[in-house]
Amino acid sequence: MKVEYAPTNQALPPKATTARPGRWRTFYRKLRKNKLAMVGGCIVVFYIAIALLAPLIAPSDPYAIDLVNKLKPPSAEHWMGTDDKGRDVLSRLLYGTRLSMSVGFVSVFIGAFFGIILGLLSGYYGKWVDTIISRVIDVLLAFPGILLSLAIVSALGPSLFNVMVAVGVFSIPVFARIVRGSTLTVKKLEYIDAIRSLGANDFTIIFKHIFPNILSPIIVQATMRLATAILSAAGLSFLGLGAQPPLPEWGAMLSNGRDFLFTAPYLAMFPGLAIATLVLGFNIFGDGLRDALDPRMKQ
Amino acid sequence: MITQAESKKKPLLKVNNLKQHFPIKGGIFGRTVNHVKAVDDISFTIYEGETLSIVGESGCGKSTTGRAILRLDEPTSGSVFFEGQDLLAMSKSQMRNMRKHLQVIFQDPFASLNPRQSVSQILGEALAIQNIVPAGKRRERIIELLGYVGLRPDQIDRFPHEFSGGQRQRIGIARALAMQPKLIICDEAVSALDVSIQAQVLNLLKSLQRQFKLTYLFISHDLGVVRHISDRVMVMYLGKVVEIADKKSLFDNPQHPYTQALLSAIPVPDASKKQERIILRGDVPSPINPPTGCRFHTRCPHAMDRCKTEIPALTSLHDTHQVACHLVQ
Repeated sequence: MKVEYAPTNQALPPKATTARPGRWRTFYRKLRKNKLAMVGGCIVVFYIAIALLAPLIAPSDPYAIDLVNKLKPPSAEHWMGTDDKGRDVLSRLLYGTRLSMSVGFVSVFIGAFFGIILGLLSGYYGKWVDTIISRVIDVLLAFPGILLSLAIVSALGPSLFNVMVAVGVFSIPVFARIVRGSTLTVKKLEYIDAIRSLGANDFTIIFKHIFPNILSPIIVQATMRLATAILSAAGLSFLGLGAQPPLPEWGAMLSNGRDFLFTAPYLAMFPGLAIATLVLGFNIFGDGLRDALDPRMKQ
Repeated sequence: MITQAESKKKPLLKVNNLKQHFPIKGGIFGRTVNHVKAVDDISFTIYEGETLSIVGESGCGKSTTGRAILRLDEPTSGSVFFEGQDLLAMSKSQMRNMRKHLQVIFQDPFASLNPRQSVSQILGEALAIQNIVPAGKRRERIIELLGYVGLRPDQIDRFPHEFSGGQRQRIGIARALAMQPKLIICDEAVSALDVSIQAQVLNLLKSLQRQFKLTYLFISHDLGVVRHISDRVMVMYLGKVVEIADKKSLFDNPQHPYTQALLSAIPVPDASKKQERIILRGDVPSPINPPTGCRFHTRCPHAMDRCKTEIPALTSLHDTHQVACHLVQ
């Protein structure tokens, strides 16, 4: 057989404009089909919008104390009533969304950043690097997450930022594990050998060829982890270790509402509902993402 | 034992006493309890411009040999001289520079290309890593490379999943060619392809060899393919070289009982010709505890007492034919 297409002198074809054919469109189509995931996605988008728009949509200042109107039940003026200092619960809840979201994103970022690096190193280099990193991760995983973050926060002192650090740290082993596992799978593929035999260095192989191919499980895990992080942060604030008064953090509001459970149940109910729906939203959205991104479920 | 005929040819790659033993970890402390002796003390030479094939059944160490030469797995011991320089003694960065001279084409065209890179990215990266072509001229060079392997210039921005198996293998070949290598190791390069595509890719490899004066180390289990492409053939069994000869000599006059058995398994497309088949009994023994003496003695129809104790050395039958068997000594 002869080579059919000898090199020609014809003009170079223009660069294709559609960079990612099919792949993301298939993923989006699968996600669209999953009704539950779309509901989760809507909840998440709804809360993100609230977080961004809080100052515009909040009916009043979340910090404005009005002792005359304290502990008022929901009414036309205060849709979710007022707390023991007369502050509008709805406004506090809307501003609280910002806190919860930023806690979630910052701590997941911390966890993912260090977890991904540790996982990639441990999976790619193996041997003693893997042994050391894996053992440290095992130790971290052996602690119940909330206990670990309790310990970290009590060591660093109660503040919202320290909560982010604590929740981030206890997310590290989860990411490291997943990334390590995926790295082990991908590094055995022939195209990694091919790149190596071209003479690429480890940095190129790890970050240009392995990392993009293990993104799917990381995205799924990050989404699921957001829910856990928000819940843990609310829990720590509930215990008085996170957001300090007068910050309108949901966990702190819930904790505050606990003192008035019988006289003003709406004080605990609304922050509780907000936490529950946001966590639920992230969880079912994460489930849907996993189903859509999982290569084993390819059509 | 350089004979007259061989001394005229220039050796490109010389493998001496190459061993590749993979440790088996066991016990609670993960100690090494044993080794898989995948390649056990083999030596051979590849001459410039020729095609040397390694044949043998699965697990005989043929792919491991290829990977060890390229240091994709670090060999246990031995030396690999490429143009007089020992690859195994090189530092990691020296080896990275050497890699442009030794390229590899893999078996599975679906696994050997990064699914997230387009053809131009795959080939562009190959050119960029060794900085063979300046950045501005890479696209032109890529199109030239695609031409060599029979792909169209307009396919340059497509992704691997948009190609058929044969086309993907051509991309893999183009990637190897991009480095302007002297030696290409074809590790079962056509085994995963349809028979009709196999022939096309084999012919492509042959014409590229002529065009660019390439040397091939061709690893395969398919004797038909080997017969088509090789100049010389090396037969491996359980990590050892049992016979190495030029193609004609090996196919016409196989000396080692294992080679004879292998060749008798090639189907003959003529039903009237009655062919005597040598059926080997039993399984390949484990490479963890290979048989003493000649490794083939457990399945050899001609095994003698001597074969159980004494390892046969590779001895020259004539100029271009070497065999490791007590029968022929």
